[in-house]
Amino acid sequence: MSSAAISIHNSLQRIYAIMVKELRQLSRDRPTFGMIVMIPLIQLLLFGFAINTNVRNLPVALVDQSNSEITRTLVADLTASQVVNFIQQYPTPAEAANALTRGEIRAALIIPKDIAQRLNDERPTAQWLIDGSDTMVGNAIFALKNMPLTTLNSRALAGNYNSTKSTFEMTLFYNPERRSAINIVPGLVGIILTMTMVLFTSAALVRERERGNLELLITTPVKPMELMVGKIVPYVFVGLIQMAIILGLGHLIFDVPINGRLDQLLLAALVFISASLTLGMLISTIAKTQLQAMQLTVFLLIPSILLSGFMFPYEGMPKLAQWIAEALPATHFIRLIRGIILRAGTLMDLWPDLLWLASFTVIGLLVAAKRFKKRLD
Amino acid sequence: MTTIAIETQGLTHRFGDFTAVDNLSLSIPEKTIYGFLGPNGCGKSTSMRLITGLLTPTSGKIRVLGMDIPTQTEELRLRIGYMTQKFSLYEDLSVIENLRFIAQIYNLDPRLSKLRINEQLAAYELNERSSRLAGSLSGGQRQRLALACATLHKPELLILDEPTSAVDPENRRDFWEKLFDLCDQGTTILVSTHYMDEAERCHGIAILESGVKRADGSPTQLMKDLGAQVIEIGGDNLRQLKQQLIAHADIISAAQQGTHLRVLIKENIAQPQAWLQQTFVETMQGRDLTLVRPSLEDVFVHCTGEGRQ
Repeated sequence: MSSAAISIHNSLQRIYAIMVKELRQLSRDRPTFGMIVMIPLIQLLLFGFAINTNVRNLPVALVDQSNSEITRTLVADLTASQVVNFIQQYPTPAEAANALTRGEIRAALIIPKDIAQRLNDERPTAQWLIDGSDTMVGNAIFALKNMPLTTLNSRALAGNYNSTKSTFEMTLFYNPERRSAINIVPGLVGIILTMTMVLFTSAALVRERERGNLELLITTPVKPMELMVGKIVPYVFVGLIQMAIILGLGHLIFDVPINGRLDQLLLAALVFISASLTLGMLISTIAKTQLQAMQLTVFLLIPSILLSGFMFPYEGMPKLAQWIAEALPATHFIRLIRGIILRAGTLMDLWPDLLWLASFTVIGLLVAAKRFKKRLD
Repeated sequence: MTTIAIETQGLTHRFGDFTAVDNLSLSIPEKTIYGFLGPNGCGKSTSMRLITGLLTPTSGKIRVLGMDIPTQTEELRLRIGYMTQKFSLYEDLSVIENLRFIAQIYNLDPRLSKLRINEQLAAYELNERSSRLAGSLSGGQRQRLALACATLHKPELLILDEPTSAVDPENRRDFWEKLFDLCDQGTTILVSTHYMDEAERCHGIAILESGVKRADGSPTQLMKDLGAQVIEIGGDNLRQLKQQLIAHADIISAAQQGTHLRVLIKENIAQPQAWLQQTFVETMQGRDLTLVRPSLEDVFVHCTGEGRQ
């Protein structure tokens, strides 16, 4: 063999030795090994089903001022389209608008008193009030604008029907120009905070354990809950600074309005940051090494991006994905922040999400403190 | 009558089917330095963790400073200082920041703690390095800082897990001087080590092997009571001589020390020098045989070794 061949052979042998060593170590790190299989498996199954850009069954309300047979036919036609699902009926448009602010419905159909005449003249038949803050939702309802009213027309009023007129008048609330930045920027606050807050704390306890600091701490009078709270509080300020940067730049560069009150926004952010930090702490009590903590964080981050309503509307997902979304703090915060910033909602309007985040924080902290025993066994 | 600081009865701890501490009974008087001597993995650290309540015993009783452990562990924490084997202070905090952190954790009065920290900095010769990061200190300085932190709240009992394993001999001597100062001030000290010279400094020691207490008492007493006689043999070819000697049932051990072979012979042999010369006639010819005083290492070798693999 030439010396070059020997040298290559030796080099390959060393590479092989390192490869085998690496695989051995990997196979002995059970949690990491599990993650290698579980991350693609679970995430694929989850998102294969969950990511559905065909928005269906959007919750909408009906305001019927005509009380006629026509309304029922119209509602039946719209329901048959599967785009919307009528879940509520309000007597006045104002009440429907309030429900829109609270985020209970995505749009409201206003049927005017003179619908029978409108069917025959140049005016639109009825009006949609649409929550435009989520552009994908807004577009889905907007697509109904020129829906042909075949059932109604063929039944009674054939001949006069003007096919070029719009069936509905569309009124987009909160985001009339349908700009996606308006929807994305507030949601981004939720995603970035999830990423940084969970990451900061998930490694926090593990790092102390790895460096040996924990062995000293547990021999001192420090209580588990004191340790948890003491480690979380500093990062709350980090989180608030990050939010201020995102919203400030969003306002300056992308012209995202802040319609709601700042104190409401601050309170919502504080509760969400605490919930995310608590989630990180929980991870920290499970993971044995910083690498494991990191993997668990990523494992949670992907669904937070895809299922929280940040990228795809909640309504478009199947039931299972919606349940998972409900378990993620980011889902609740994105609802809160969009409600406050874009729809000028208050925490009074959006209380279920706030309550969920607060309960998650309290329960999570208790569980983390309980899991973190001041013992080595 | 002396008060007992630490008392254990039948203390046992198992990790799965491995028994780390096996039926350990101790009685350690207060205001003394007591040592755990043994090889790595003999149960020294586990015993200390059991005594401080960091581990829950599988069976047995523990009383420390009159408190029942592990039930009264939280109360005990305020009255003990614990120094871990690995440096466990924050390397990214400075010397004084570490001390302040510990002072606050133990709720020392803020005004008193300032004085106390200065006192500790002076006592442990750290005042010139008070703003240095702990991570940049040398081994000896780190140990002094760790001891300063462990004794900041003036604990009645100080537990040190192999405190000098990463320290050079000179710093080790200084460190022990500090321990005697503390003991003199009334602190009970429990220390683990695998150095003979350190064990010899203790008032009392327990020799541990495979989780079992092989012997305990004061080092002097243990050396006096050694059930063997020690002969030093000079001459050449000591490696071969050693192989030959240790094959004999009445010879407990043989270990080379420089130009000599140190041989432990069972105590029922009346005249060990004559016996050696008669038993190994050829190989002992022209060799220098001296009966010497037993050392602690001899005691250690004599009472351990059975469980070694």
